[in-house]
Amino acid sequence: MADEPLILGIETSCDETGVGIVRGHTLLADALASSVEEHARFGGVVPEVASRAHLEAIVPTMDRALAEAGVTIADIDAIAVTSGPGLAGALLVGVAAAKGYALAAEKPVYGVNHLAAHVAVDTLEHGPLPEPAVALLVSGGHSSLLLVDDLARGVTPLGATIDDAAGEAFDKVARLLGLPFPGGPPIDREARAGDPAAIGFPRGLTAAKDLAAHRYDFSFSGLKTAVARWVEARQRAGEPVPVADVAASFQEAVCDVLTAKALDACRAHGVDTLVIGGGVAANSRLRAMAEQRAEKHGIRVRVPRPRLCTDNGAMVAALGSHLVSSGVAPSRLDLPADSAMPLTVVSVPGEAA
Amino acid sequence: MLVLVVDSSTPAVTAALVEVSADGVALRSHRCTVDARAHGELLAPEVDAVLADAGARPADLTAIVAGLGPGPFTGLRVGLVTAATMGQVLGIPTYGVCSLDGIGHPAAAGEPVLAASDARRREVYWAVYDGAGQRIAGPEVDAPAVAAERARDLAVTVAVGDGAHRYADVLGLPVRAEPRYPDPVALARLAGERIRAGAPGERLTPLYLRRPDAVAATARKPVLP
Ligand SMILES: [Zn+2]
Repeated sequence: MADEPLILGIETSCDETGVGIVRGHTLLADALASSVEEHARFGGVVPEVASRAHLEAIVPTMDRALAEAGVTIADIDAIAVTSGPGLAGALLVGVAAAKGYALAAEKPVYGVNHLAAHVAVDTLEHGPLPEPAVALLVSGGHSSLLLVDDLARGVTPLGATIDDAAGEAFDKVARLLGLPFPGGPPIDREARAGDPAAIGFPRGLTAAKDLAAHRYDFSFSGLKTAVARWVEARQRAGEPVPVADVAASFQEAVCDVLTAKALDACRAHGVDTLVIGGGVAANSRLRAMAEQRAEKHGIRVRVPRPRLCTDNGAMVAALGSHLVSSGVAPSRLDLPADSAMPLTVVSVPGEAA
Repeated sequence: MLVLVVDSSTPAVTAALVEVSADGVALRSHRCTVDARAHGELLAPEVDAVLADAGARPADLTAIVAGLGPGPFTGLRVGLVTAATMGQVLGIPTYGVCSLDGIGHPAAAGEPVLAASDARRREVYWAVYDGAGQRIAGPEVDAPAVAAERARDLAVTVAVGDGAHRYADVLGLPVRAEPRYPDPVALARLAGERIRAGAPGERLTPLYLRRPDAVAATARKPVLP
């Protein structure tokens, strides 16, 4: 529909420079530049390296997005940008870029929450989101359960990791097993040949006493240490490490906890839609297990295709489109980058708020 | 020709509109706020304000000049990404100028001058200019004592800039009050020939002078005793 808003989205909260363009719920462009290879030898994302890469990548990535969508910036109705949470210096490049584009093209700018954008991206694949919904967002930077009452105006945090993010656990276990960074894809691959029941790794915060205080929280630090102990004990005994079995058993423990808590949240809140997003949502076992378990409770699982699960500009554009359609006022030009932006803030309020 | 100048290499977040003609560079409007921690919040409203003050719209701009630093990275990038993105939308050239030139060039008056800005970590970004305002050393980043020694070797008699004020005792040179921060008119003058000639714009690459702080992953510590 021509009267749907044409929205540009910019994402720079971690190591991906993303520019996406959507019209309503239709994805027109999803251009991405990644500095992931520059971080590999450090075993994790180096903030200054990421910030430098964003500055170099933003203009060419914008050019590619506009060409892919076949539009000019003059055609755009509004610009949305991740203003938090994320790496402070990296966010700042994207926020300053969005304001530069907004100033020059005389367009409104929306500073949006990265996690809400992970939820909104699913509308590009499966259409408008039934509200309320529960969202499970899992990546190298975050592991959160949210109750989405109104994606335009407010979400309620239910729980989050109390130590490592789920994606970090994948990275660390991959390193332990001699697999490359980032660890998600190689562990998923190895696990296909392994036995998920071979080793009984711990499920963090699932014991009755933990559930009382941390019903919807996660903990992956103990799991990571348990895997390290198991692998080291094998190595010290001079026995080969069964990489596929370790990968499968570790992955099973992570997915078991994530899906159990997400579905518990759905049932407790009488919600029949679960959205899963973030880089770990690309994990094949997580998808399969969530769908299998949800079916028993009549809950529908929505997971966008893997490319949309990881960080990108399309998710930011998707949320921007939803905000514009919902009549939310844009942010102001003094919009800050907020590395600790609270989950309850979907977009930074402007004058009219 | 209406030109936007931005510099975010120091605690002074600066935006200015200048008129560049065959005769020279004239200041039309100017905003500057000194705040080392709010470059991202301050610059865009300043650009908006200098345009409004001059009754101009972005489409009236002919070129954009940006201070390339050196400067603390996070703030420095704000100016450069603002200039680059605006230049991209407007289809106008962007020209980079070493930010220290915006301090040292206008301060030189017959004798060599040391221009210094604060590089944090007890260091300064510095450069030396001859009596005519030509940069003859730098930009570099060093402890103030090292910059002072290099300046003495180059017969410098006076220092200028926020970094010179801050480390006046170590430098042991008289300090000129102004400019304390990069002067936008000076930055525009230094790009004047390129602006008048309509020279192709350049990609704005920051003068970082330091590598990112990062250590390659080392061998993992065992968890078993
Ligand atoms: Zn993310």
